[in-house]
Amino acid sequence: MTKQTPLYATHVRLGGKMVDFAGWDMPLHYGSQVEEHHLVRRDAGMFDVSHMLALDLEGAGAHDLLHRLIANNVDKLTVPGRALYSCMLNAQGGVIDDLIVYFFRPDFYRVVVNAGTADKDLAWIAQHAGSVQVKPRRDLAMIAVQGPNARAKTWAALPGSEAASSGLKPFHAAWFGDALIARTGYTGEDGFELMIPAGRAEAAWNALLAAGVKPAGLGARDTLRLEAGMPLYGQDMDEQTSPLEAGLAWTVDLDAPRDFAGKSVLAARRPERQTLGLLLEDRGVLRAHQKVFAAQGEGEITSGSFSPSMNRSIALARLPAACAVGDTVEVEIRDKRLKATVVKPPFVRNGKVLV
Amino acid sequence: MNIPADLKYAKSHEWARLASDGLVTVGISDHAQEALGDIVFLELPAVGRKVKAGEECAVVESVKAASDIYAPIGGEVVAVNQAAADAPESVNQDAYAAWLFKLKPDNAADLDGLLDAAAYAKVAAEE
Repeated sequence: MTKQTPLYATHVRLGGKMVDFAGWDMPLHYGSQVEEHHLVRRDAGMFDVSHMLALDLEGAGAHDLLHRLIANNVDKLTVPGRALYSCMLNAQGGVIDDLIVYFFRPDFYRVVVNAGTADKDLAWIAQHAGSVQVKPRRDLAMIAVQGPNARAKTWAALPGSEAASSGLKPFHAAWFGDALIARTGYTGEDGFELMIPAGRAEAAWNALLAAGVKPAGLGARDTLRLEAGMPLYGQDMDEQTSPLEAGLAWTVDLDAPRDFAGKSVLAARRPERQTLGLLLEDRGVLRAHQKVFAAQGEGEITSGSFSPSMNRSIALARLPAACAVGDTVEVEIRDKRLKATVVKPPFVRNGKVLV
Repeated sequence: MNIPADLKYAKSHEWARLASDGLVTVGISDHAQEALGDIVFLELPAVGRKVKAGEECAVVESVKAASDIYAPIGGEVVAVNQAAADAPESVNQDAYAAWLFKLKPDNAADLDGLLDAAAYAKVAAEE
């Protein structure tokens, strides 16, 4: 039995092609995945991301708990509403999940985790929580409004939202009544992620629709995040993957004296692989699990697709550590080997092709 | 669902049309293009290749996934639709106009073994 978000009926009414995603019945697209992709790059689109789980951590030990559990350093969060992207690692340094932490007070944080990992994340955090209260917030819906016009259209749609959020810098959030409005996302475009009480989700969605924000499905979300060079949990990294080999070294704080789960393993081992981008030079489509042949050894594509913004195929690939940007490699697609160039992600940000 | 009555269909969602010159044109059904979503790449067989019925001989890739295309009957590939390969989205726009390849059939009577429109409509509806 698949789960449904508070916006399920809305998606069906809008003609969403519903598919099972991590146990949730979610819209893949509402007609054309490629058109939805372009809308987000050029104007504004919205995604129902209510399948993701918000967890509130409350209590005197909340700061210490996150200090011990996540690889990025919550000490970077000093201003209320500031957000931080991090991996949560197991004792072997593998990635349990990637998440966003919002700081409100040293005794109050909100963590947003992936849908497919929500149960194990909750169990892992609760196991280490001690006296900190861990509150799953399934009473909230989440809508991501993304694109160059996303903020202006959100302000037009939701009265009071402009006053609450016009001063927000990227990766900051603010309360808007009982809702949270965050300048975050997973597309490489400007915009907001809204966390609102489930009972008001449909009204907010419809107000955004009326303001000219078009619905976009998980299909477009995937090509947008791939172009933005953002990893997808379960595909680009998992419990067997070191964040240092998954292109996430920038999120791992090995320098501070604090200890965290997985730190000693990561600190002791030099990465043998790295994650970089590939641009297919020949015609075809790169896909996850295709083999990559480089002069320095073999690698594997972790995410690949057709890039609507670049009109060619792109991928994220795990490559030997000795590979360098600019190298030419070969990718095995069916019975052929096609040429690809190694590039540094992101491929596209804020509507502009960068590689 | 758009399933023209004058075509023959394979369970694997190819359509086939016998023309007066004895050649069989092959494409994918409207149901198939809709299920695949935005089509971005076509890999077509080499002209001159001999294929058996049910043999993989082309690939249609959408943003979402790659899908194998099978020869509905045996024969020799005598033409491929380069215009469709250059504009793969044309298959989404009209799956019955944007054909993929033409076969010189080993035996045109093999077409009788394929599904008619009514039988294919049932196959498509059951998915």
